[in-house]
Amino acid sequence: MATEELSRRGFARLAGAGLFVFFDTGLAQQEPARIPRRAPATATDFNAFLKIGEDGRVQCLVGKVELGQGAMTSLAQVLAEELDVAFDSVDVVMGDTDLCPYDMGTFGSMTTPFLVPVVRKAGAEARAVLLSMAAERLGAPVEKLHVKDGVVTDPAGATVSYARLVEGKRIEKHLANIPVKPVSEFQVIGHSPHRKDAHDKVTGKARYAGDQLPAGLLHACLLRPPAHGAKRLSVDTAAAEQVRGVRVVKDGDLVAVLHERRDVAAAALEKVKAEFESQPSVPDEKTIFEHLLKTAPQPRVVGERGDLTEGERLSGGVIERTYLHAYGAHAPIETHSATAVVADGRVTVWASTQAPFMVKDQVARATGFSADKVRIISRYVGGGFGGKTDAAQAAEAARLAILTGKPVQVVWNRREEFFYDHFRPAAVIKIRSGMTAAGKITLWDARIVGAGDREAQPFYVIPHQRTTSAGGWMGANPAGMNPFEVGAWRAPSVNSITFARESHIDVMAAQGGFDPLQFRLDNLTDARMRRVLETAAKRFGWKAGKAPSGRGVGMACGVYSNACNATMAEVAVHKDGRVVVKRVLIALDVGVQLNPDGLRQQAEGSVMMGMGYALSEELRFQGGKVLTGNFDNYRITRFSGLPEIEVVLVDNPQMAALGAGEPPIIAMGAALANAVYDAAGARVLELPMTAERVKRARG
Amino acid sequence: MERTVSFHLNGKPATVTGDDERMLLWVLRSDLALTGTKFGCGEGICGACTVVVDQQAVRSCVTPLKDVAGKHVLTIEGLGGEHLHAIQQAFEEQHAFQCGYCTPGMILTAYAFLLKTPRPTRAQIIAAMDDNLCRCGAHVRIVSAIQQAAVAAKAGA
Repeated sequence: MATEELSRRGFARLAGAGLFVFFDTGLAQQEPARIPRRAPATATDFNAFLKIGEDGRVQCLVGKVELGQGAMTSLAQVLAEELDVAFDSVDVVMGDTDLCPYDMGTFGSMTTPFLVPVVRKAGAEARAVLLSMAAERLGAPVEKLHVKDGVVTDPAGATVSYARLVEGKRIEKHLANIPVKPVSEFQVIGHSPHRKDAHDKVTGKARYAGDQLPAGLLHACLLRPPAHGAKRLSVDTAAAEQVRGVRVVKDGDLVAVLHERRDVAAAALEKVKAEFESQPSVPDEKTIFEHLLKTAPQPRVVGERGDLTEGERLSGGVIERTYLHAYGAHAPIETHSATAVVADGRVTVWASTQAPFMVKDQVARATGFSADKVRIISRYVGGGFGGKTDAAQAAEAARLAILTGKPVQVVWNRREEFFYDHFRPAAVIKIRSGMTAAGKITLWDARIVGAGDREAQPFYVIPHQRTTSAGGWMGANPAGMNPFEVGAWRAPSVNSITFARESHIDVMAAQGGFDPLQFRLDNLTDARMRRVLETAAKRFGWKAGKAPSGRGVGMACGVYSNACNATMAEVAVHKDGRVVVKRVLIALDVGVQLNPDGLRQQAEGSVMMGMGYALSEELRFQGGKVLTGNFDNYRITRFSGLPEIEVVLVDNPQMAALGAGEPPIIAMGAALANAVYDAAGARVLELPMTAERVKRARG
Repeated sequence: MERTVSFHLNGKPATVTGDDERMLLWVLRSDLALTGTKFGCGEGICGACTVVVDQQAVRSCVTPLKDVAGKHVLTIEGLGGEHLHAIQQAFEEQHAFQCGYCTPGMILTAYAFLLKTPRPTRAQIIAAMDDNLCRCGAHVRIVSAIQQAAVAAKAGA
């Protein structure tokens, strides 16, 4: 009820004349298994709405957030398409829990497959209503009317605009089942207009959560433990309190130093003396894999077919390898930030988060305010990648605003960002496999520990197989399994699992003396996957051969939420083990292409971020003490790492549009590992493939 | 040291009173409400806080206020005027950003670089931008945008 009332309130605030279409995005019902979430506190009768105003502007309100992935642009495109209005006349309002109806969060590449279809239907519904009004106004039958840029024209040439039609009226509609346009009629979808956020972002006008500066604002810096789990034994804030203008707040676990200048608050925090109990310094990044195997919960069978013993009998020997993947940080350039204001018994928090409605509950729990007294605004976010679902900083800012009676801003410093991140979990993946002399895979026995189970079953045709998974990124890990929080990292599970599976496929191909492409095709019947592989190979100029060929080329393929990806890479391996990526090609089938340039941006970004997890990004820690503190010891890919990038969008208009924020990144680890093997004969079984590991693997 | 520091900010005189050891980033963001300059790492590693001081790109998070006394400071808010600067225009056209958080620092680093190197090679651009970090992976477009801006400047000259 509360959610509905809030939405109604937001609705009322934007009210006035116009045509309103309410629609239920139905996300909660569509994909219950995939989504890490708490159930919403209340049911909702509608999840979004669309307004065509008498100023001729179209406004769509959705609870999604613009993280850089371009949803603001693609949603405007689909509305412009279905409504027959100019793209420039559409405004998409996002991420405000008062204005926008409930949305679980912006993750899992779900905006395109789940929200876009209903936004399109809403546009089609609004267009149908407007056309019937126009027919009445113009005295012409609906089927004779033509619409362009929000202006309806009848056969005699008389016109009326949408704006005129709704003038002085207020029409409310719930979504009916009006058909949407067929792909063949698309004029806006499938093009790449200028991003809606471009001007704000190149002029510095884009305001992120930490850019809100309400009058009287205090910046808060918080006392942090040296390690996760370390309890505070004592604290002495006397020296900090001596700093002019500083205010110290102690409230249970929370010790904060506040000042109207953030740098002064940060300097004063240095004067706080505190003792914490010491914590064990194990496991660390070297012993973590043994530790995971010891502490993981009972494995769960993700999928099985046939009989492993029979598979082993049919195989000419068993090939067994263990693949490892280190913890990874999200490392967005914008750290977790929040600005909280308390007024009229309500708290408003501008927060950098992917999930404003989850954070609303999080802030309500932290403050004791009821959820309807909390408003979260997440307008522009400086990168998320799965790491900004949780927003502890929002709760901290809200608590401090309530305690001080002043607006409070909390912007985590880089060390806090690396400390409180919900990291991509470290993973151990053991695969036992076998094949016939002709190269048909007969056995696949995969045991996944730590990574979770998303897309865990191989898509190759394997008669005897079993995949199990123990522990993961979604929580429910036994206490102590991970020394800190873990969570979803762009394509959770799938980067680690694809690295293991596709490396192993190449290990098998090499052992059998098969070309890696042919070996894959010989064990694949899925038409879409075959097509992306063959397309990638052709565009890349793949030449059949047995690895290691010395050319330094490698491939991998994968599936994420129904999107198919084939990635090919060319590398050089230096004497010292350093890997230089020369070229990467990604072929993607994501169904109908809403915005080809947006898809390319996601794939290009995936190459750079994927090189990071494949080659250099590794968290350093001793027990709950995170040693990684800044970008000098967490190496993300830089300009000098930029390879030649080619993105091939495989046309598939028969399939509805799929999300593309995550699918392009999943095969980078294995494509590069296979290329390294091809270059140097070094089979690296552990990510990241640092120079040291490559050197060691080369022997 | 407590004192009044005067400098030119985006073409206009600016005066800040206080500890002159304070870092320029926080003076810009907190005291002068110019939030286009971003905090990223606090140690001069990522480049999100880059501003231009007397035509040099500097990391404002590690530049004390006293270092800009009497100098000309340019932030993203001061670039371009009624129209976008050629670099902004190129970033906009090439979609040389995703989340946009590193973008002001990228644009100002490129601006100072092109002042010195108006006709850069691709390799020079990559070397000049290497210490500016982008997590979304807009690098290939940023390089193209800088190339485009250099060509536009040449055409306009």
